[in-house]
Amino acid sequence: MAALLEVRDLVVEFPTRRGTLRALDRVSFDIAPGEVLGVVGESGAGKSMTGAAIIGLLEPPGRVAGGSISLRGQRIDNLPPREMRKIRGKRIGAIFQDPLTTLNPLYTVGRQLTETMRTHLGIDAAEARRRAIGWLEMVGIPAASERIDAYPHQFSGGMRQRVVIALALCAEPEMVVADEPTTALDVSIQAQVIALLKRLTREKGTSVMLITHDMGVIAETADRVAVMYAGRVAEIGPVRSVVKAAAHPYSAGLMASIPPLTHKVDHLPQIDGAMPRLNAIPTGCAYNPRCPHVFDRCRVERPELIDAPETKAACWLFDSHAPRERSHV
Amino acid sequence: MFAFILSRIVQSVPVMLAVALIAFVLFSFVGDPIATMLGQEFTPEQRDALVAALGLDQSIPVQFIRFVGNALRGEFGLSYRLSRPVADLIVERAPATLELAFCASLVALAVGVPMGVYTGLYRRSWISRAFLTFSLIGVSLPTFLIGILLILVFSVWLSWLPSFGRGDTVQLGWWSTGLLTASGLKALVLPSITLGLFQLTLIMRLVRSEMLEVLRSDYVKFARARGLRDRSIHFGHALRNTLVPVITIVGLQLGSIIAFSIVTETVFQWPGMGLLFIQSVSSADIPVMAAYLLLIAAIFVTINLLVDLLYYAVDPRLRAGRGH
Repeated sequence: MAALLEVRDLVVEFPTRRGTLRALDRVSFDIAPGEVLGVVGESGAGKSMTGAAIIGLLEPPGRVAGGSISLRGQRIDNLPPREMRKIRGKRIGAIFQDPLTTLNPLYTVGRQLTETMRTHLGIDAAEARRRAIGWLEMVGIPAASERIDAYPHQFSGGMRQRVVIALALCAEPEMVVADEPTTALDVSIQAQVIALLKRLTREKGTSVMLITHDMGVIAETADRVAVMYAGRVAEIGPVRSVVKAAAHPYSAGLMASIPPLTHKVDHLPQIDGAMPRLNAIPTGCAYNPRCPHVFDRCRVERPELIDAPETKAACWLFDSHAPRERSHV
Repeated sequence: MFAFILSRIVQSVPVMLAVALIAFVLFSFVGDPIATMLGQEFTPEQRDALVAALGLDQSIPVQFIRFVGNALRGEFGLSYRLSRPVADLIVERAPATLELAFCASLVALAVGVPMGVYTGLYRRSWISRAFLTFSLIGVSLPTFLIGILLILVFSVWLSWLPSFGRGDTVQLGWWSTGLLTASGLKALVLPSITLGLFQLTLIMRLVRSEMLEVLRSDYVKFARARGLRDRSIHFGHALRNTLVPVITIVGLQLGSIIAFSIVTETVFQWPGMGLLFIQSVSSADIPVMAAYLLLIAAIFVTINLLVDLLYYAVDPRLRAGRGH
């Protein structure tokens, strides 16, 4: 099936006084219709930046400096702001991290829902209100027809995130960028919200780009997962394969540091060192200073995504044309 | 709601009493009213009669209570200078000051808010920079200098606008208004700008910084992510969220516009309360000064109450008791 969203060699740069910082460096991935792509990585790996670039809301002075983003074959990264606005909300929805701050405190939830639908769907006020009540019911707000006139502060955090989900989906977009949708929530609420998001997007056939650093959420929800490191995609593949048989040494290290539930361990494996700052990314593979399997080529030449046994990994270990032994002096 | 208003009114009673005490103390410390009223030569009998007539032979607390009681009925005695009831003088002068203050606030809001929004939205444009430079001038130039400069340019050089007075006024009951005649309106222009300029720049800078703050907020980002139109994001979501602090400042400033229109009224010989006050100060006309003091305090208290009520209208989070 043709991809819904195609991201090709996406480069995002921040011009600063001390030179240009490259926040995303040739990021490529696809999202198929109805698919849930999980994006994981440490803070600063570029997960949220990728999401912001897709919805066209990079914080200035950040800008797309190269590559392309296409929605159903149409380039959307270079659209004029007016056109991009019509895609946001209408074709690509967004869910943000903190439901306490993403809703306007001075507007009722009903008003926020109806203004979104009326902007994109061209329906009248009465119809918008009727649908808004329907959406609140769908996301599990009790007594929706009364609560529609309530203000955000009259809802709990979990309920607010349900409202945010309703807002992201109410114009029936083809995909949703969900940036850490459960991070700010109480642990007991997280599972409910994720289950709701999963159910609704499956019913509507909506694709999801699920950005999180919670591997549990990814394992439960995603079809495929992309692991990001230092502004690049380190590995991408089916969620089972990445969790159980990660090819890239970084993803393998990341998965190994998930505490097992079946037996007790004294120490969790950890990856030595830290992710490089954007102005100090080493040449070659960005992970090479921390990699246990590093060899000369890794320090010189940057690996593209290469077919690994079950996934694609940006790692020279899987380069069949130039086996490790030959380049190893 | 009613309970809230009531509690605020009760809270304002001590404030008003404290101001009344200060006004009352003026009588005892600034000059001797007996000497002022009797002039150079008088007999002890005349003196005693006047002291008794004014109630000055009674104890201080009794005098104070009488003063407050009279003030509540709007009686502040006779002006030493003009020998007319102070209340009449104030009623006569109040419309001029209130109309001036109203026009000055209108100028400040109608120009300051849009300028603030613009400079907040387009931080880097040269128009914003020009506005900010201009606002620096507005903040730093003293009011009297602005008034004199305006008179020089628009009255002396260009002869477009009158340099003093209210022009022709129309009497509506006890209220004399300059808003209904051409010369009255023309006379309002320069004093309103002079009085409002400082507030204008203050409001502009306040709206700008609040806008910058709000535009960075998550809910504005989310509104953009929902694909709402810029107009509804900027003037609905963003501007409305800047209103609470703006209302506070505007409210306080409106009080000070009325209270400190003294300078502007002096420069433009505006026949308002400020001019009355400054003339009373120079001739130690204590009853007028005391009444003015109390009136200004009452205006401040009233405006603060209105500001609090406006908060309720703007911010649903303050409307307690309606939540679930």
